Amino acid sequence: MLKTTSLPIQGQEATRNFVIALAGNPNVGKSTVFNRLTGLKQHTGNWPGKTVTRAEGIFSHRNRHYTLVDLPGTYSLHASSTDEQVARNFICFSRPDLTLVVCDATCLERNLNLVLQILEITDQVVLCVNLMDEADRKGIRVDIDMLAHQLGIPVVGTAARSGMGLSRLKDVLDDMVAGKIVTTPRQVVYDPELETSINEIAKRLTPYLPDWINSRWVALRLLEREYSVLDHITDNKNKNYSESILKEEMALCLQ
Amino acid sequence: MSTINKHGLSIIREIEPLLPGNVPNIKDRIVSGIYQQAEGISSQVVRTGNPYQAGLEARLDGILTSRWLGFPMMLLLLTLVLWITITGANYPSQLLASGLFWVEGQLLHLFVILGAPAWLTGILIQGAYRSLAWVVSVMLPPMAIFFPLFTLLEDLGYLPRVAFNMDNLFRRAGAHGKQCLTMCMGFGCNAAGVTSCRIIDSPRERLIAILTNTFSICNGRFPTLIALATIFMGTLVARTYSSMLATLAVVAIIMTGILTSLLVSYLLSRTLLRGVSSFFVLELPPFRKPQLGQILIRSLLDRTLFVLWRAVVIAAPAGALTWVLANSFVADTSIFALIAGWLDPLGQLMGMDGIILIAFLLGLPANEIVLPILIMGYLSAGSMLELDSLNALRTLLLDHGWTWITALCVMLFSLLHFPCGTTLYTIFKETRSARWTIFAALLPLALGILVTLMVNYCFVYVLG
Repeated sequence: MLKTTSLPIQGQEATRNFVIALAGNPNVGKSTVFNRLTGLKQHTGNWPGKTVTRAEGIFSHRNRHYTLVDLPGTYSLHASSTDEQVARNFICFSRPDLTLVVCDATCLERNLNLVLQILEITDQVVLCVNLMDEADRKGIRVDIDMLAHQLGIPVVGTAARSGMGLSRLKDVLDDMVAGKIVTTPRQVVYDPELETSINEIAKRLTPYLPDWINSRWVALRLLEREYSVLDHITDNKNKNYSESILKEEMALCLQ
Repeated sequence: MSTINKHGLSIIREIEPLLPGNVPNIKDRIVSGIYQQAEGISSQVVRTGNPYQAGLEARLDGILTSRWLGFPMMLLLLTLVLWITITGANYPSQLLASGLFWVEGQLLHLFVILGAPAWLTGILIQGAYRSLAWVVSVMLPPMAIFFPLFTLLEDLGYLPRVAFNMDNLFRRAGAHGKQCLTMCMGFGCNAAGVTSCRIIDSPRERLIAILTNTFSICNGRFPTLIALATIFMGTLVARTYSSMLATLAVVAIIMTGILTSLLVSYLLSRTLLRGVSSFFVLELPPFRKPQLGQILIRSLLDRTLFVLWRAVVIAAPAGALTWVLANSFVADTSIFALIAGWLDPLGQLMGMDGIILIAFLLGLPANEIVLPILIMGYLSAGSMLELDSLNALRTLLLDHGWTWITALCVMLFSLLHFPCGTTLYTIFKETRSARWTIFAALLPLALGILVTLMVNYCFVYVLG
C-alpha cells in the first residue's frame, strides 16, 4: 500500500511522501504531463493506449516530496475493461492523497465524464486542462475559471508540450496537499427515481462503511450489481476503521 | 477471506430488496445522468469558432483512412521512409566504416609495438573490436535516419489511422483490431510489442497478438535487412535505380511479415485459439504538430543509442566468442568450422550455409549481432583481412558463394525465425507459460525453414 495510514504529524510532514494519481482519457497528453512533472523521459506517442504499464515517478516541490502514479488512460470508470478497473481501484481503494485528472481542451465534454465519475469517489481532485495551445489553434476557448467554479475543484490550463502552466499546476497541487484549498465537488444529480434509490441505499450503507469511502458511490455500484466493491472495501486494511468494529456492527445488524 | 465475503453478503442481503430490477436500464440511466451533466458544464465553459481547421483534418482523414486510398497511402509512406533511410545511410556508412577500420589498423600497430600475444590481439581486435566496428558502421546510420522518421509518423498521429485501415483485416483473421497497434510497436522492438499486447483485454486475442508479434521486423533486424538489400538487391540493376530496388525489397519483406501475421492469426483462431473477435472503439486522435527537436532528441537517445548500446554490449563478447570458436582447433578443424559443417547440409537446402545458421543461433541474445557474427565467421574462415567498406563486405559475401537468392533467403529467415532472447523472456513473463513461450519460438522457426526451403527450391531447381 502506498499511502501511510497514520495521520501526518508535524515532524513527519517534511519527509512524508504524498501520492498523486494521474488519471485521464487516453491520448490527452497524460504521459507528457507525467514527464514534465517528474522529469522522466518516457517517449510519448500520439495514439491511445501508449501507456500500458503503470509508471511511477517522483518529484519535489516547495520541500514536499511526491510520488506520481500514471494510471492507464480510460474514458470512464465503469470497470468494463482491465484498464478501467486498474484506474478505478487505484483512485478508490489505494486512496492516493490527490488525484490529478488530465483533460483534452479540444474535446472537453467527453473528458468531463471521467472527471465527474472521479468526483463521485473523492473530493481531493485537481483538474489539468491540457492541450490549451491546440484548442487555441482550433479556435476553441475554454473558460478555466468558470470550469473551476462549475466543478468546485481547482482547475489549471496547461500546454504540457511547451511547459505552459506546469509551474502553476505544481503550486496548486502543493496548496491542495497543504490543505489551503477546500473543494466543493460538483455532484452528479440523476433522475428523481434513481436519486430516491441512491439516497435510501446510501443511508442504509453508511453504518457499515469506513468513513473514507463515499457511500453514495457505493450505492451507485450496488445499483449496478457490482458487489465486488464491498470485498475491496473490507480487503482494504484501514486502521481508522478496525475490522473488529465492522464485525460487531454486522453481527448486530444480522440479529 | 470467507468472513469478509460473509459480511459483504450480509450487506447485499439487506440492500438487495431495495435495488430496482432491470440492471441494464439502471446502468443506462447512470451513464446518461453523467453525460447530461458533462454536456451542461461543457456548454457553459467551451466556446468554439473557426470550423475550417476541423474541416481540413476531416478531409485529411478522409484520404488517409479511405477505403481505396488508405492502403496505397500506407505503402507509399512506408516506401518513402525506407527509401530516405537507405539512400541517406549509404554515405555515412562508408565514412564510418573507413574511419573505424583505420582505427583498427592503428590499434593493431599499437598491440604489435607493445608485444601483445597473438591470442590476445585476436580476441580483442579481430574478435571484439571488429564486430563492434561493424555494428556501428552498418547499423548506426540507418537507425539515425529511420527512427526519427518513424517517431515523426507516430507523433503526427498516423499510427491509429493505420490501425483503422487494418482493423477489418485483423478482425477477419479472428484477431483483435488493436493487434495492429501492437504490431506497429513490434516494428520498434518485439519485446516492447509483446508488452503492449496488454492493451488487448481478451486473453485469447492477446495470446494471438503475442505469438505473431515477431513477424514485425524489429529495430535489430532492420539494419541487417537494409544492408543486405543495399548490397545485393541494389546491385541487380543500374545505379540510378539501385536504392529504389533495395527499398522495395525491404518493403516486400515487411509486407510479407504483415501478411504472415494475418495468416498465422487466422490459422490460430481457427485451431488452437478458437473464438470470436471482440469489438472495440478506436478513437482517431487529432493530428498534432510534431515537435521536431523533441523527436530528434528522443528518437536518437531512446531508440538509436539504446539499440546501438545493446548491440555493442552483446556484439563485443559475441565477437570475441566467435573468434575463440573459430581459432580453437579439434584435430585440424576449428570448432566453428565443425559446427558449420554439421549445419551446412540443412543450410544449403534452405538457400544459405552453415555459417549463416550459426550466426542466427549465436544471435539469439539480440538480432542486431547476426550480421557481425556472420562476418566474423567468414573472416575467420580466412579469406580476406582488410574490410573497410560495404563493397568489401559484398566481395566477402560473394567469395563465400552468396548470390542474391542467398541474400533473399537470409532476409526471409531474418523475418521468420525464433524471436530474440529478450522477446522470449518477455513472452514468458506475459503468458506465464513455458509451453506458449516454446511455441512462440518454434512456430516462426518452422515457418522460416519451410519458406526458405520452398524459395530456394523454386529458384534453384525450378527456375535456375
